[in-house]
Amino acid sequence: MSAVQETVTEAPAVEAVPKRAMTLGAGSSLVMLALLILVPLFVKNFIIFQLTMLLIYGLAVLALNILTGGSGQFSLGQSAFYAVGAYTSAILIEHVGMNYALTLPIAGVVCFGFGFLFGQPALRLSGVYLALATFALATAMPQLLKLGVFETWTGGVQGLVVTKPDAPFGLPMSQDMWLYYFTLVITVAIYIFSVNLLKSRSGRAFMAIRDNEIAASAMGIDVALYKTLAFGVSAGITGVAGGLGAIAVQFVAPDGYTITLAISLFLGMVVGGVGWLPGSIVGSAFIIFVPNIAEGISKGLSGAVFGVLLFLIIFLVPHGARQIAMIAQQLLGKLKKS
Amino acid sequence: MTAMLNIRSLNAYYGQVQALHGLEFALNEGSVTTLLGANGAGKTTTLRAICNMVRTTGAIEFDGALLSGRSTENIVRLGIAHVPQGRGTFTTLTVEENLQLGAITRRDKAGVVSDIERMYAHFPVLKQRYTQQAGTLSGGEQQMLAVARALMLRPRLMLLDEPSFGLAPLIVRDLFKILGKINREEKVTILVVEQNAQLALEIADQAYVIETGRIVMSGNAAEIANNEDVRKSYLGY
Amino acid sequence: MELFTNQILAGISTGAIYACMALAVVMIYQAIEHLNFAQGEMAMFSTFISWQLMQWGVPYWAAFVLTLGISFAGGIAIERLLFKPLAKAPILTNVAGFIALYAILNSFAGLIWDFTIKQYPTPFGSSPFLGSQLISTHQAGMIGVTVLLLVLLYLFFQFTRVGLAMRAAASVPESARLVGINTSWMIALGWGMAAAIGSIAGMMIAPVVFLEPNMMLGVLIYGFAAAVLGGLTSPFGAVIGGFLVGIFENLAGTYIPGVGNELKLPIALALIITVLVVKPAGLFGRPIVKRV
Repeated sequence: MSAVQETVTEAPAVEAVPKRAMTLGAGSSLVMLALLILVPLFVKNFIIFQLTMLLIYGLAVLALNILTGGSGQFSLGQSAFYAVGAYTSAILIEHVGMNYALTLPIAGVVCFGFGFLFGQPALRLSGVYLALATFALATAMPQLLKLGVFETWTGGVQGLVVTKPDAPFGLPMSQDMWLYYFTLVITVAIYIFSVNLLKSRSGRAFMAIRDNEIAASAMGIDVALYKTLAFGVSAGITGVAGGLGAIAVQFVAPDGYTITLAISLFLGMVVGGVGWLPGSIVGSAFIIFVPNIAEGISKGLSGAVFGVLLFLIIFLVPHGARQIAMIAQQLLGKLKKS
Repeated sequence: MTAMLNIRSLNAYYGQVQALHGLEFALNEGSVTTLLGANGAGKTTTLRAICNMVRTTGAIEFDGALLSGRSTENIVRLGIAHVPQGRGTFTTLTVEENLQLGAITRRDKAGVVSDIERMYAHFPVLKQRYTQQAGTLSGGEQQMLAVARALMLRPRLMLLDEPSFGLAPLIVRDLFKILGKINREEKVTILVVEQNAQLALEIADQAYVIETGRIVMSGNAAEIANNEDVRKSYLGY
Repeated sequence: MELFTNQILAGISTGAIYACMALAVVMIYQAIEHLNFAQGEMAMFSTFISWQLMQWGVPYWAAFVLTLGISFAGGIAIERLLFKPLAKAPILTNVAGFIALYAILNSFAGLIWDFTIKQYPTPFGSSPFLGSQLISTHQAGMIGVTVLLLVLLYLFFQFTRVGLAMRAAASVPESARLVGINTSWMIALGWGMAAAIGSIAGMMIAPVVFLEPNMMLGVLIYGFAAAVLGGLTSPFGAVIGGFLVGIFENLAGTYIPGVGNELKLPIALALIITVLVVKPAGLFGRPIVKRV
């Protein structure tokens, strides 16, 4: 009997999310896509810029979601991967003179490698230890970027200014609008890739590891490989997001990538619902617009608002936006019947 | 003899799974009672239910007072000592600290000190190792320690969960001899759950047989020991 | 040679602070098996409280003791209100809770006392200690306070009923309940003590790093490194780890070229990862066995 008791009370790393519950249906996906295509046509440039950031942070949150929701590993260090991606793009554009679009895959690959390597030691760690190692990584990253040795490339504390690209082929649209659609295409492509990844053999392996690592290895899954792979993929996508972010903001500097960013991304994942990929965009909206409003009220308030909301979510809607979406769906169903 | 512990229509649940179905039995003050049954029959669950370590419905009365709604530690404070399966040794603490912990709810310092000496008299091996980390003791020694720790509470009722588990037969004999002695000399009522039915029936006055969460047979120990079905199923002859 | 001794002594004095932080982290880890990522912010907040008390005219040592009490009560309140309900929640939820607490404390400290850097007094002065150029009186004071704290904690855990009960609850919670210990309150007590110990670390280090909402981030990372090095399951190890990390940090900064103050955090990161990979249980910890 005691064996039963233990398995019941032992807290899992992450609550298991069934695969089907991780994505949206075809109908809702198309509506969402149409909205994302049409909205920028009717708003001002500054809002278009914010929508671009929405997509970029959405990607970063999605990446964390694959890692945590998919394979059950924690990371409080996503800001580090984001920073590496941003700097890769910025350096390639400004020092090498490379086309901005080409820098993104390179940023992705560099971060994949970085994540994969960081995942090697992280492999042996689980739960709190992994959270700890990544937390330390995130706090150390700004100092690494400031290092004098790299200053000729990174610009040290000053950072680098990145030129914003014009729309190609003489297309009649503003820089902001072009960058938005450029980002949208990449975001949709990565989203489709992620959905398919989780549906694939690898995705099943991730989830098996998430739900029970020992059982997964007993089933013949190469736990080490898939755990580092998840880390690599997550870091790679975050790197692409970082690169896009550098281009959109036109600037990179060490203090833009502190632990606060890592916390924001983590919060975005929890708000969107751990393991629910479409929730990433909801989480992203949250981490972009809430601080704007909070800082408008008082400087330094956003952290408190974040913290309080995070507690409310944990206690009231532990599944985040997914839970709210499900409740809304049920309500709609009831309305239709009556 | 009055019933010290009275259990009526007790159900117990692990999550959605129901492990006990309307259990009814009573323990007489000063008696030794044994609960027999196969693996997974619900013996351990019954002991855990008494200490409110699983979710239950129904009534458990100790000295006429209901135990439901009380926390485990408050139930223990009433004088119910539970020796859990696997012995529950505080492995990182010393043998003597383990004994002190048994009496942690008591306020009479002098009594505790003399009781520790008494335990060393019962179990001389513990005295030899009193400064040692309890995790370094052998299985048998840890079981002695667990019983001694439970006695440090000066309990009125002692619940023992498979005390023979994983021990060499000779040690088991010793242990049961000591349990019998404790019952007679210290007037401690004992409820013991055992897979080793033969031994348990030797020291018990009263026995219950439990199957898939229900009491299927009860009577005095001698009767049960002579029962044809019990002999076939649990005694193996 | 004098430089070497100097650096060792300086390492021991900052190591004392890391030891306190590590001890605070380990106390909570022992109680609930989670790392308190907000430990540094709790310490920072406590330090601000003591600063505020002094601004109101309370003398140093009175403010010190008051802050200990307030932090102790605050730690218990945080556990009862926010983390007790999460006891059975997945690890992720708990991590989110700590992160939330981190953000709230950091933000509120900034809102209440703003983000400018403040001077923080030392009761020991900063003249050379006993006329020696090797160590200042404040550094000596930091070591003294930490050693006193450690001795008191040792006596508490070894020779009091509550100390024994707390150790039992951390060792095998279920057995602790079966001998009548209210393990839930032992956890709360652990939180209270961790908060108080952290506040000492904050008040001792504040004269060195200056008082501001982000002052404890680096200290916390070193505290984590110390706790991991010593073993998260061993309070004794955490203390030793603290001193070792402090000495290591100073020597690396002095003797490895290119490693200055600007590499403080990456060194801690490297240390954490190395220890976790080479010896995950730390120097004095128990290996962690996972049951299926």
